[in-house]
Amino acid sequence: MNEVLSGMNVNLSYPAITTERVNRFVLCTSGDSVKVYSTRTEEWLHSLQGHTNQVTGIALNPANHLQVYSCSADGTVKLWDFIDGILIKTFIIGYPLFAIYVSEKHEGIVFLHIAMDTDSKKEGFQLVAVHLPKSAEQEVEAKELSAVSSHISPNPSCTAFGREGQYIAFARNLQLNVYFFRKQKTYSFSLKATDKKGAKNAFTCIACHPTDDCIATGHEDGKIRLWRNFIHKKEYTYSTQHWHHNAVNTLCFTPEGTNLLSGGIESVLVQWQYGTGNRKEFLPRLGGSILHVSASSDGQLFCTSHSDNKITVIESSFKVCGVIQGLVKGDAVLTDLMIDPRSKALVLNGKPGHLQFYSLLRDKHLYNLDIVQQEYIYEAGLDQFEVVKAAFDIKGYWLATVEERGQKSADLEFFLKLWSYDERTQSFVLNTTITAAHTDRIISMCFSSSEETTMLVTIAEDGQFKAWCQGVDADTKQDQNFWSCDFVGSYHNLKPTNCSFSADSSLLAVSFQEVITIWSPDTWELLTTLCQPPGVIRDLCFGRLSCSKYLISTTTRNLLCCWNLLTCALEWSTSVEVSKLQSDPLSENVAAFSYQSKHTDLFVFKPNEPRPLFTHKNVCSEKIHRAVFVPREEPLNNCDESSQWLNRSQLYFLTQNMDLLTFSTATEEDRMLSSSTRLVIDDSVAVTPFYLLLGKHRQQQQKLNTPSHQAADRPQQPQGSVTITELLHTPAHVLPPASVLCSMFVSSLLISNTGVLQDPLRKEMESSEQEMNSEKEEEDSEGEMEACDSQQELRVQGSVDEVTPKLSKAQERELKRVRKTDFSWMAGLIASKP
Amino acid sequence: MASFKPTKVQFLPKLGEKVTEDTLYWKNYKSPVQIKEFGAVTKIDFSPLAPHNYAVTASTRIHVYGLHSQEPIRSFTRFRDTAYGGSFRGDGKLLVAGSEEGLIRLFDICGRVALRQFTGHSKAVHVTSFLSDGFRVVSGSDDLTCRVWDVPSAVELSSITEHTDYIRALAPSKLNPDLFVTGSYDHTVKVFDMRSGSSVMTMQHGHPVECVLLYPSEALLVSTGGRYVKIWDLLKGGQELVSLKNHHKTVTCACLSSVGNKLLTGSLDRHVKVYNSSYKVVHNFDCDASILSMAVAPDDEVVAVGMTNGVLSVRHRKHKKDKETLTSRRRRGPSYRVFVKGKNFVPRQDDFLVSKPVKQYLRKYDKQLKSFEVSKALDTALQMWTRTSKPEVTVAVIIELNRRGTLKNALAGRNEESLTKILNFLLKHIFDPRFSRPLLTVGDIVLDLYRQVLHQSPVVERQLQRLMEVLGREAELQQELLQVLGILDTLFASLTPRKEVAALAALPVDQGPQLQAA
Repeated sequence: MNEVLSGMNVNLSYPAITTERVNRFVLCTSGDSVKVYSTRTEEWLHSLQGHTNQVTGIALNPANHLQVYSCSADGTVKLWDFIDGILIKTFIIGYPLFAIYVSEKHEGIVFLHIAMDTDSKKEGFQLVAVHLPKSAEQEVEAKELSAVSSHISPNPSCTAFGREGQYIAFARNLQLNVYFFRKQKTYSFSLKATDKKGAKNAFTCIACHPTDDCIATGHEDGKIRLWRNFIHKKEYTYSTQHWHHNAVNTLCFTPEGTNLLSGGIESVLVQWQYGTGNRKEFLPRLGGSILHVSASSDGQLFCTSHSDNKITVIESSFKVCGVIQGLVKGDAVLTDLMIDPRSKALVLNGKPGHLQFYSLLRDKHLYNLDIVQQEYIYEAGLDQFEVVKAAFDIKGYWLATVEERGQKSADLEFFLKLWSYDERTQSFVLNTTITAAHTDRIISMCFSSSEETTMLVTIAEDGQFKAWCQGVDADTKQDQNFWSCDFVGSYHNLKPTNCSFSADSSLLAVSFQEVITIWSPDTWELLTTLCQPPGVIRDLCFGRLSCSKYLISTTTRNLLCCWNLLTCALEWSTSVEVSKLQSDPLSENVAAFSYQSKHTDLFVFKPNEPRPLFTHKNVCSEKIHRAVFVPREEPLNNCDESSQWLNRSQLYFLTQNMDLLTFSTATEEDRMLSSSTRLVIDDSVAVTPFYLLLGKHRQQQQKLNTPSHQAADRPQQPQGSVTITELLHTPAHVLPPASVLCSMFVSSLLISNTGVLQDPLRKEMESSEQEMNSEKEEEDSEGEMEACDSQQELRVQGSVDEVTPKLSKAQERELKRVRKTDFSWMAGLIASKP
Repeated sequence: MASFKPTKVQFLPKLGEKVTEDTLYWKNYKSPVQIKEFGAVTKIDFSPLAPHNYAVTASTRIHVYGLHSQEPIRSFTRFRDTAYGGSFRGDGKLLVAGSEEGLIRLFDICGRVALRQFTGHSKAVHVTSFLSDGFRVVSGSDDLTCRVWDVPSAVELSSITEHTDYIRALAPSKLNPDLFVTGSYDHTVKVFDMRSGSSVMTMQHGHPVECVLLYPSEALLVSTGGRYVKIWDLLKGGQELVSLKNHHKTVTCACLSSVGNKLLTGSLDRHVKVYNSSYKVVHNFDCDASILSMAVAPDDEVVAVGMTNGVLSVRHRKHKKDKETLTSRRRRGPSYRVFVKGKNFVPRQDDFLVSKPVKQYLRKYDKQLKSFEVSKALDTALQMWTRTSKPEVTVAVIIELNRRGTLKNALAGRNEESLTKILNFLLKHIFDPRFSRPLLTVGDIVLDLYRQVLHQSPVVERQLQRLMEVLGREAELQQELLQVLGILDTLFASLTPRKEVAALAALPVDQGPQLQAA
């Protein structure tokens, strides 16, 4: 068993679009691999794996448009064939690399950002040119390093090649340097430290015009400067344009140089027309702040990468045509990790003010649920509403959320919202908004887990816990469909710290500082109190199934206590610092993450015995605050002692670096491996326009299916793809008439699960073979053929409007003749059917 | 790419009144018709017969109005002094009225001249009524006597002197022609039986009785006097059932609605209160002056209220039919068909559906917010119509600006006129608990921004002065409320049983050592 990173846990940074005949790919770095996506279907095709550390940059090979260079912090540059995902060559540089640039003019040379040898911690970066040796070996050491410049900006977008690779421009702080290869000279131009208004002038990004001697630079204060005439050191000029109100993150010229694209924190892609002054177009509200823009080599597509783990593909007519969305990463996950009981999707903070639903089974983002329902203003330092708490009830019919604003300032605003699931729209609909649920911040909330009545309990810093119910109003005796407060409880004015319902909802445990109080939700009577000083109680959870008589609590003073609720006495306790306690809803197991001496350990135990079931030392180096057990579709039959606890559900946890991790068993890995290889093969075959059409269609179907049907999870692979390719590659003049092919073709696409439908086809085949052998049986088989023809017609009518006309005798003969000619490839079509 | 999300306007529920069926029923009256009489309206009585005309006694006249007429259809003016207590007979054909001079007159509803005059009372007769057989008239007078008169012969049948003060209330029984109830300023309510010729029951109301009323079943008796309304159970020998104190001045009149027998009371405090069957106030009519008399027409079609300033205010019930005619007259625009055109088209199975992107319609302030024109958005939200009729919209825009961190920019650079607008809005709504929080920030920012130039405009200065007064008053009020809350807390604390608290406190102490032992 080992850990596997889950989710697109990755910064999709530096995307590059490639054009290759009709199909286009988006490549982007993601952790220690480069991922390849299709722009049309928005599907992940495969990833280029081989680097051992963070991939920091990619660049298309200008000499071969099917190859890409990637550089990594492990000190290697790798050359890939990205269509097949084959590693062609590895160049070992030996220093950590931070960016890569290539130019058409400098064949065999790559330009790299490397950290200065002396002190890599400081801002000492060097731009070096590396001559890549030509040799047939797989791994080559490249030692011919020549420094172009030292002391360059660590920001990779601050370097760019000029027209036809004649010069390279790079900027650092307030200085723009241009290095001319022919003259072997560097000209530098510097700006004054501040403008009149004290705006910041530092360079943030650079782009060079592809055909003109012009350099566009973006600045901290949102200005864009266009530099011209920099070939002469003294007589340079620049013009300033200003639209962005914060730093310009990225600039990019279109390949023809007619437009300049810019993006920043505002999440608006701005297209400036080159040479016409101030004419610009906007594409607002794309997502998170724009980190990088790139254009395809034919200028048909642009793509932007965003801070929220998203790539947007934009047509040249400035329309969004595709979105590739990973697990949305906000600044922090404030809510717990949760599982939507209906779709079994992981739910956590997504876009600002949204909750995201992420399918772990298919490793795919499902949708964002807008909680705040307010326009998000992309501005640095603005305090906006954030979803801080969320909870599902056991059936997934209710969702409770808390949104908060003003964490920093004194006047805190927060709303408690309750959402009900709408079967018709397959989404959550706002039911109740409670404006002043408590007088102070809500610390935690939980739903009661019983089937009949749903009740929500919230605890807040004002020392109270409140129970909320949907039901009958006491005064008017009318059934309300909104939620109202049912009970307010407190205990000696102490501040509550956590709350939890028992498995059957007959007990509610609320911890107040050092004391656990047990309440009966039916009568709201304080049943008992449990106390084990010292230490404030941090986590609370009830045991499940056979261990439901136990209550487990953790304290800030490194104590894990297990209480027996029948005797109201402490069953056992152990001294361990627990940062997160999580119980499995399907078994008795409880997982505890303990953080000690800079690494996290995991213990899995059953509450009835103080001995851990499973221990994993040094899971990761960060503290873990969020974890969740995800129920499996079907329980595994794992006999292995150490991984038995994973049979019913899987444990996912989130590190402070926002990496989502999980434990997987050996059998699972095998399955994952096989499924991924299959995917690659299918996708590599199907780079035809027809397949793309299918792919798009298939994806839409998936989207429709996702929330409701889990059974139809795995996409249907197109069958008989070999036949289809052959069909499409055969010249049109040797093919039989379309009306003949159509019905067969359509029926080959139908997913048949009964043998009845296939029979006529097989018979037809047999009959035609018989025809070839003996002419005598013709009449018989003809009768059969007509029967099957009419059957096919019937089938065709369902899908195609046009009804094939009845064939005349002569036509039929003609048809037979045609059939005799070429049937060998058709065999594949039939054979491929299951 | 998501579309612009419009500003969310929060609708916070108003505290207090809960909408029930009763309130809906009693709200369903048109605005009152005001009819000016010559003096204080002391008595209103509806005819029990079909057109349900009503007699209004005011000053020296009795006017008879039709249900929907605003002019009297008949008037009896042959009084030398103030007339009192005009009431119909059970068949609606005769009318009897007392007067200040002690005479009782009997009118035919069609005639002008009195048919009979009963003389005998030495002082003003304030209440007169027919007994339910229709042949006898009973009257109560300031000379402390109660007399019964025979109509055909115009002679006094009996005179009872049991009250020790003015008799100002009288209610004959409808079921028994020999019973009637009187109420007097001597704080008593007495039930008289003509067969025995004396009172059979006496109830102590405790205040001068202004009005007595019998429920149709005649098991319950209502008496009003002082600020109290009391309900007595006659079948239990005159036991007090409930005592209501909902008015803050003398309750002068009471009547029953004919649908569901709801009790209505009118008082000098200018309110008419409607009670439900468990005697909780469900509705309240406000009037312009102190109420002296009140009556409800059969089927609750009309509520007529007479007041001290001589105004008779008549409320008619709204009907669905009225509404329909109103709307049909008003409608001028395109017909319904135009709006649904193409909307209710159901595509057939093989039709290919081309969906059009739905256009997003934004309010004006949202459009301006979308393009970051913050000052203009605030101006739009502060327009006359919005700020008067929908203050929550204005406040929502203010909150949105504050969230965007641009409220200061939006408030800056305003002239006297637009600043007065903002200050007026603040003055009106700053103490509304729904809006006070955002509006206080607005006040702060306005003071910060315009501190230097405030003295230049006397108008603005005056408004700020008023704002200061308003806030000062509000602060005082809050302080008082907190004090009251504190007092209540101590009261509640002393009321809770001591034992339970001790038990709760003892629990953790008991368990502590035990747990540590474990």
